[in-house]
Amino acid sequence: MDLESLTRTSGEWLRATGPESDIVMSSRIRLARNLAQYPFPARADDATRAEIEELLHGLIEQRPGGKRFNYIPVSTLEPLDRQMLVERQLISREHSETQGRRGVGISDEENVSLMVNEEDHLRMQVLHSGFALDECWAEIDRIDDAIEAEVTYAFSERLGYLTACPTNCGTGIRVSVLLHLPALVATKEIQKVFQALQKIGLAVRGLYGEGSQAMGDFYQISNQMTLGKSEVQLIKTIQDVVPNILGYERRVRTALVKENRQGLHDQVSRAYGILQNAQTISSEETMHLLSSVRMGINIGLIDDLQIPLVNELFVHTQPAHLQKIRHAKLESAERNIARAAYIRQRLAERHVDRN
Amino acid sequence: MKKCGRCSKPAVLHITELRQGEVQALHLCESCAKEYLSQSPEEQESVPAGASADAEPDLDEIDHQDCPNCGISFKEFRAGGRLGCPHDYTVFEDELLPLLENIHGETEHCGKVPKRAPDSSHRQFKLIKLRTDLRAAVEDERYEEAARIRDEIQAITTNDPVGEPREV
Repeated sequence: MDLESLTRTSGEWLRATGPESDIVMSSRIRLARNLAQYPFPARADDATRAEIEELLHGLIEQRPGGKRFNYIPVSTLEPLDRQMLVERQLISREHSETQGRRGVGISDEENVSLMVNEEDHLRMQVLHSGFALDECWAEIDRIDDAIEAEVTYAFSERLGYLTACPTNCGTGIRVSVLLHLPALVATKEIQKVFQALQKIGLAVRGLYGEGSQAMGDFYQISNQMTLGKSEVQLIKTIQDVVPNILGYERRVRTALVKENRQGLHDQVSRAYGILQNAQTISSEETMHLLSSVRMGINIGLIDDLQIPLVNELFVHTQPAHLQKIRHAKLESAERNIARAAYIRQRLAERHVDRN
Repeated sequence: MKKCGRCSKPAVLHITELRQGEVQALHLCESCAKEYLSQSPEEQESVPAGASADAEPDLDEIDHQDCPNCGISFKEFRAGGRLGCPHDYTVFEDELLPLLENIHGETEHCGKVPKRAPDSSHRQFKLIKLRTDLRAAVEDERYEEAARIRDEIQAITTNDPVGEPREV
């Protein structure tokens, strides 16, 4: 896979084709698996890590689950390229920042990634646009079966799939949905959602998972417990709760329009105007304004812009992407100028396309 | 003649143990020594370890007990939050179960099971140890031993029975 070309495309999961994709940006399921005969990656010496990578790379090349993967040896990449893969949600921050032999197999549509030598030997993830957890599970289950036919996973009757961190053992599954909740954030109703989710054992995180800040009003909701409940039960917990949050967000949006349509229209139009004209803009402000614009499209206050482009801008305006697009290392201030130019250009193209 | 620290037979093995700057002398009879040495095969290759003969097992000892396969101690796990190898779940089971209960509220897996029958943990984890031994043997140019270990690994991996698919 040519990393350079990634800056001109976007993952299939950003295209807003799935159910409820006005609010549910993406659904994701990941499985943690380890090979029985090796120590976990952090405890493995260089030779062992190399052996594990060779073995799993070989299996990934054999199209597990009927899918073709492009294998990228992450340990040989420049930090900027690794960062770009993180921004695209294809590898984790930990996978980018850790040491030693490691790699990732990425499907052509960028919706499946198989990380080798992350915290566990194998971390598989499937991403889909919108609220589509059943599709994610069917796909990852099939790939897991195909790989498992070739290797012996570390598994115990009692504790299930054994993982480097005890927080993942059992099913080794993390089920998550990425939600765009600008109205609940604006009205501070989001706190109630957090409290309710915590009570039923679900975690709320920012756009880039563990430890990341909530940016652009995006929140990732995922299961915390992995042991003692089946994959299907864990998926169902999320499937049951998400419609309530969507209903809540939609009700608040409607109320906001009803209360002050003109004020809201002004707010999203100003956000759109800044993005079309700014000469320098920070990542934080970009996320904030894109969030306004995204909601504006969804409630019919902006009608000449499509959601997939807005989704793509959330990713392509991040630091590593901008630097790859510009083919240069840029300091923060230079990035802000490059970011503003890139957004102006993409939004202008959009109008040319339409005419 | 000194008596064995664990029973009353005459001690034939005298071990001086250095652990974190502390010196401990250990005197054992033949059978107790055998038992003692078989408990910590990893460590007998380098510095013999173990508790002083009459000490009661306590928390400190759990902290210093190492996994024979990957060498991690529970203390190291607690400091870093990551286990060293799958066998640690067996070695530190008593310490991990309350922790798992805390995290997940459960301690019994319910869900997908590999279709390939999970092997006895012994067989799975023996491979980790054998591979480490093999590398050490090759490094030390003990080729005869290396060949023997390689055969043993091969015997285990080729006798890899694919179990009946299970109900999930």
